[in-house]
Amino acid sequence: MSDAETSTEPAGPVTGWGRTAPSVARLVRPRSYEEAAAAVRACGTRGGIARGLGRAYGDAAQNAGGAVLDMTGLARIRSIDADAGLVVCDAGVSLHRLMEVLLPLGWFVPVTPGTRYVTVGGAIGADIHGKNHHVSGSFGRHVRAFDLLTADGTIRTVLPGTDLFDATTGGMGLTGVILSATVQLLPVETSLMSVDTERATDLDDLMARLTANDHGYRYSVAWIDLLARGAATGRAVLTRGDHAPYDALPRRARRDPLAFRPGRLPAAPAFVPDGLLSRPAVGLFNELWYRRAPRHRTGELQRLSAFFHPLDGVPHWNRVYGRAGFVQYQFVVGYGREDTLRRIVRRIARRGCPSFLAVLKRFGEGDPGWLSFPMPGWTLALDIPAGLTGLGAFLDELDEEVAGAGGRVYLAKDSRLRPDALRVMYPRLPDFLDLRAELDPRAVFTSDLARRLGL
Amino acid sequence: MKDAFGAPQSLLVLGGTSEIGLATARRLVARRTRTVWLAGRPSPDLEAAAAALRGLRPETDAVTVRTVPFDALDPSAHEEALGKVFAEGDVDMVLLAFGVLGDQGRDEAAPLAAVRVAQTNYTGAVSAGLICANALRAQGHGSLVVLSSVAGERVRRANFIYGSSKAGLDAFAQGLGDALHGSGVHVMVVRPGFVRTRMTAGLTEAPMATTPEAVAHAIEQGLWRRSETVWVPGAMRLVMSALRHVPRTVFRRLPL
Ligand SMILES: Cc1cc2nc3c(=O)[nH]c(=O)nc-3n(C[C@H](O)[C@H](O)[C@H](O)COP(=O)(O)OP(=O)(O)OC[C@H]3O[C@@H](n4cnc5c(N)ncnc54)[C@H](O)[C@@H]3O)c2cc1C
Repeated sequence: MSDAETSTEPAGPVTGWGRTAPSVARLVRPRSYEEAAAAVRACGTRGGIARGLGRAYGDAAQNAGGAVLDMTGLARIRSIDADAGLVVCDAGVSLHRLMEVLLPLGWFVPVTPGTRYVTVGGAIGADIHGKNHHVSGSFGRHVRAFDLLTADGTIRTVLPGTDLFDATTGGMGLTGVILSATVQLLPVETSLMSVDTERATDLDDLMARLTANDHGYRYSVAWIDLLARGAATGRAVLTRGDHAPYDALPRRARRDPLAFRPGRLPAAPAFVPDGLLSRPAVGLFNELWYRRAPRHRTGELQRLSAFFHPLDGVPHWNRVYGRAGFVQYQFVVGYGREDTLRRIVRRIARRGCPSFLAVLKRFGEGDPGWLSFPMPGWTLALDIPAGLTGLGAFLDELDEEVAGAGGRVYLAKDSRLRPDALRVMYPRLPDFLDLRAELDPRAVFTSDLARRLGL
Repeated sequence: MKDAFGAPQSLLVLGGTSEIGLATARRLVARRTRTVWLAGRPSPDLEAAAAALRGLRPETDAVTVRTVPFDALDPSAHEEALGKVFAEGDVDMVLLAFGVLGDQGRDEAAPLAAVRVAQTNYTGAVSAGLICANALRAQGHGSLVVLSSVAGERVRRANFIYGSSKAGLDAFAQGLGDALHGSGVHVMVVRPGFVRTRMTAGLTEAPMATTPEAVAHAIEQGLWRRSETVWVPGAMRLVMSALRHVPRTVFRRLPL
């Protein structure tokens, strides 16, 4: 028996972060490139898919009846060039781990999502974006090379500017298994953030503020209250900032300017009463949170974790949504389509989706990945309990609005899009399908998401 | 694949002319279902049902509806007939909707007619249910929805032949659900009360009578909640849990 076989775990239902639509697969946890290659060869007729830390909300990293390759067993940092700021690491390394190791050396990951608990493989697979997309682009833009295990069992080194690179960044694991990557890092002087906070009274005020001076900040995001109705619809708190320079630190903090100290609270309870997610309860939460925020404050020093990953402080927070789970709806519409954004925000507010704080952000230039999500425009993301009556049909209607405006929804968050809507939203899909047909004619790599959307 | 709300993209209806089956298919086609298999005895009715479903989205030819010959009374042919369906691609949901009511008065006097009721409703379902369950297990996902009946919950003197066949089916489906627990396959037992259909036309309506559309709606909700048991109407659950405890001496004399 090979090691790949011995590390096969018993089948268990697998879901994404939203805990909807579970399916059962054989879980394989390769601990070497050879084991990964063996696992791909042994996939069988229902194929296989790589899985990182399962932070995609929907069904991207599950594969009913087939194999799921848990890549977190491949988690070595292979080399660090501390002068050039380059790291070579296995795909299963988490961004959390990279921060632990790299911050003391004065380097930070080029792009971080709203959680540190994603792998480098997942970051490339979804071509993730962060609060700095408007200046830095997606994660894939900072990848200098990766090694990809393809359906034929070979390992290819893939470089930017090639079709395979652009199909894989954002390709949701469907071109193969990323084994390792070389990532260009960002130099930082400290592990603290210098943050400006301001409140916006409604959506138009918010858009005006973001448009006026986003370019002045490396990181920018707005938390927006979609439960406030009437004139307050879209009221928001903007938090924008950059890595604090050494000089900005008080004397005490200068002793250890690069210390990485994320706080951690007790995990969310496994069972949560349904009332917690009622519209009034969530509305109250949003209200308090909005009032707590300062009207205007500049240069506040915050920990990295507080600025980028506030939710990581509460392990398993996704459990608050109970058994039915939840969906995250994230879409982007281009600049000039503000009317669509306004209309969607109004519809969500009118419907009263019990959604804790949604996030609005401006994207910069689109990224080269064929299925990469970002495009120049406005992106809005909100969590909604999947148990909400009529939600499926409601989100379909929003899809129509988004597609009609030339926008798209984000596959890493998706668990419910219609295949025909996908075709409209991602114009490079035919290229992706052609490449896949050639590279992987027997569809060795497949996932529930791929089956659902015909990818 | 089902989406986050349990809406299937492909559906196999066993008992392709069943009114509840077709009402459910219509409802699901209005959401995500784009592939439908209607399994039943070849007949103009079956083809007409298929055409009607296609007609729901004529504009784009978006739904593929196909019929497959299937006879509950011929279990030896089930493996091949259903195997063909699964060979064409994943089936997200199987709706076991076939069944006959029989004619209690006549069937008591004609045991072979009673046996046909039992063979259709129970034996046929055991065969088709197991075959589909195995195929779904191999897929690692999917729902098997079994149309049972409140008639099987507490069997009445007035229709104990039909009732006992549904009791057997219900018990079978529950056991199958337990057997499939953790396999990714979800088994849902649906227990409607009196449903107004061709099958019940001419019978005196029982209280809390319902419609195929209401059953279809309850099925859609059940898929979304991943329910194991669904009563239609929902209040039937309370009624039956009371009836279950009525002593036989009394139950026998109830005007049910
Ligand atoms: C709280 C929270 C906040 C988030 N915020 C953001 C955000 O701000 N911006 C953003 O872009 N995303 C965000 N996300 C989504 C998340 O960044 C992506 O879903 C990311 O892909 C998750 O990485 P993972 O390692 O958990 O991958 P998984 O969820 O396990 O997999 C995601 C995809 O990547 C593929 N994949 C994983 N590893 C490999 C590999 N080694 N080779 C090939 N393919 C692979 C999988 O097949 C799958 O298609 C957020 C998610 C959460 C839970």
